[in-house]
Amino acid sequence: MNITATLIAQMIAFVLLIWFVNKVLWGPMSAMLVERQKRIADGLAAAEKGKHDLELAEKRAKEELQTAKAKAAEIMAQAEKRANAIVDEARVNARTEGERQLAAAQAEIERETNRAKEQLRGQVASVAMAGAARILKREIDAKSHGEVLNDVIAQI
Amino acid sequence: MGDRVLSEAAHNSGGGGTVEYIQHHLTNLCVGDCDPVTHQASGFWSLHLDTLFFGYLIAALIVFVGWRVGSSLNPDKPSGFQNFVEMILDFVSTQVKDTFPGHNPLIAPLALTIFLWVFLMNFMDLIPVDLLPLIASTIGIPYLKAVPTTDLNTTLAMSLTVFVLVVFYSIKVKGPVGYLKMFLFHPFGKFFVPVNIVMTTIEELAKPLSLALRLFGNLFAGELVFLLIALIGGTLTVGAAAFFWFPLQVVLDLGWLIFHLLVITLQAFIFMVLTIVYLGMAHTEEH
Repeated sequence: MNITATLIAQMIAFVLLIWFVNKVLWGPMSAMLVERQKRIADGLAAAEKGKHDLELAEKRAKEELQTAKAKAAEIMAQAEKRANAIVDEARVNARTEGERQLAAAQAEIERETNRAKEQLRGQVASVAMAGAARILKREIDAKSHGEVLNDVIAQI
Repeated sequence: MGDRVLSEAAHNSGGGGTVEYIQHHLTNLCVGDCDPVTHQASGFWSLHLDTLFFGYLIAALIVFVGWRVGSSLNPDKPSGFQNFVEMILDFVSTQVKDTFPGHNPLIAPLALTIFLWVFLMNFMDLIPVDLLPLIASTIGIPYLKAVPTTDLNTTLAMSLTVFVLVVFYSIKVKGPVGYLKMFLFHPFGKFFVPVNIVMTTIEELAKPLSLALRLFGNLFAGELVFLLIALIGGTLTVGAAAFFWFPLQVVLDLGWLIFHLLVITLQAFIFMVLTIVYLGMAHTEEH
């Protein structure tokens, strides 16, 4: 077991090997591990942030929904009110129209009645004259009895 | 691993064969200042080519695989192997964070390098002891010790590098005066300066030595046990007795293999953690 120049050669090899291992393996790999650690930390932070955002969004959606519901209720109430108003208005209109039509019909009836009365008056005169002629068995002189007749007609 | 042993034992039966077998397996492929008879290094200026070859091969493997993984990282959908490497990295990183006070960008890559390199070099021990020397001998290489961590040069190279770093950071953090003070007044206070110097020097030198020797000792012993188990079938097999010895060898080998899997992992882990601890001690102001 003699100590020889092999010792020196192995020392050189050892130092070189340390240098190479550091250069090709330890350096890149530890850098990568640090980077990976950072990425994982970033990813976790991002996930946490996403969760937080989701919570916020959910809260906001809830609020929005509540607002929308309130708005819808308000609109419904308004619509109901408006519908009631329209119905009322229609009712009023209908009543007015009805009254108007009723008045027109009454006027018509009155007019018709008057016309029938005029007609009847004329007919009554001739009927009365014919009746009187029969009773008297002779012609009534329209001229001479006209005054009487007109008086009778006026009385009807 | 039995074949080689059987054939070797057939050539030279007897105790001499056994010793030769073990010695052969524990001899490095030496070039330079080597003894021509024993093939052991006889001076400092020689190289253990097998140690260097496998050490560099594993280092190159780590760099290549590390580069493959490091250049195709996918942070979103990590593939199977990337997951595995990330797991090791995370494990080392946790050790550093738990043990090391303060921050030094060098410590974690250093710890990772030690863990990977030591573990993989130790893992060579799990390859059948005769396989690689057998392949080597067919292409004309007479000696091959495949596990770099059973060579004290390798473990000492790492522990000395760590020691240099410990001294460097001690001086950098505590200051030259602070470092000197540590030798003078630790551990017994200002009235025992000479004792303190001796004690602290021993303590500081024990750090790299214990690191190197612990790893070397464990792996060397493990290798030796593998060799002894390999010998069971080899030297004792005579005729029908092989039916008894060969299964025993297989069972023992498997048992030691599984146990050793724990040992090599543990040794790699201990080397890494102690390195972090020693460097952490160097980084603290007060001892």
